[in-house]
Amino acid sequence: MTDTGTEKKRSLSVICSKGSFDMAYPGLILANAARMAGVDARLFFTFWGLDIVNKKKIDHLHLNLVGNPSAPIPAMIAGLPGVEALATAQMRKEMERLDIPPIREFIEMLDDAGADLYGCQMALDMFKLTKDDLVPQVKDVLTAMDFMDMSEGAQIIFV
Amino acid sequence: MSLEALQTDAEGYLANRDDWSEELAQELASQMGIQLGDEHWKVLKTARTIEGESGSSPGLRKISKRSETPIKSIYKLFPDGPAKLIAKIAGIPKPKSCL
Repeated sequence: MTDTGTEKKRSLSVICSKGSFDMAYPGLILANAARMAGVDARLFFTFWGLDIVNKKKIDHLHLNLVGNPSAPIPAMIAGLPGVEALATAQMRKEMERLDIPPIREFIEMLDDAGADLYGCQMALDMFKLTKDDLVPQVKDVLTAMDFMDMSEGAQIIFV
Repeated sequence: MSLEALQTDAEGYLANRDDWSEELAQELASQMGIQLGDEHWKVLKTARTIEGESGSSPGLRKISKRSETPIKSIYKLFPDGPAKLIAKIAGIPKPKSCL
């Protein structure tokens, strides 16, 4: 396979449905990898995933420790006040060390890379939000059907 | 060295970084429809330098920071898969980074 583009152009649609700090990254990283490799990429933020592009929440996403069997500490302790905040701060520090950008910067990077970001109309209605509550990189607000139409022929990943 | 005689891996990345030359980069780039200018060279040479120092082919974020070229500009300079195109033209392996 060559990159010079005579084949049908690959395209990737990522659906981000979760708003925890740890679950925000996989979708963003996959979309970014797609763009770096010359694959078209679009992201659809729905339900809790809207937090990733919510102006007020984007810098304050939290790790999910309670009910997460992979959490490095027992659930009883994870549920204590401040523990998730502490663990999140630690993870942020570790990511900074590895030069993984914070979510806000990551969203800017995706926009610069030419990925298209969309909010889910129904989720916005449900949370009583409007497009103005979302970061400016979000191009439009769509119904799930619009997103499906847009994803014709694309590979779809649900996070 | 002619393009036909070049040793590459299965994905078309140069097998031996010492086979690389600026003339070769010109040729590879024009094959990909890219006319190399100063901005391109800055990016390509940065990628080669980082790979030479660390032994690991860099992703775009590292290249962007080190060469002080914004991500957006890199996508303009190397449209359609900048991470792959840069590595191929710069004669280094496929990037090991996801960023």
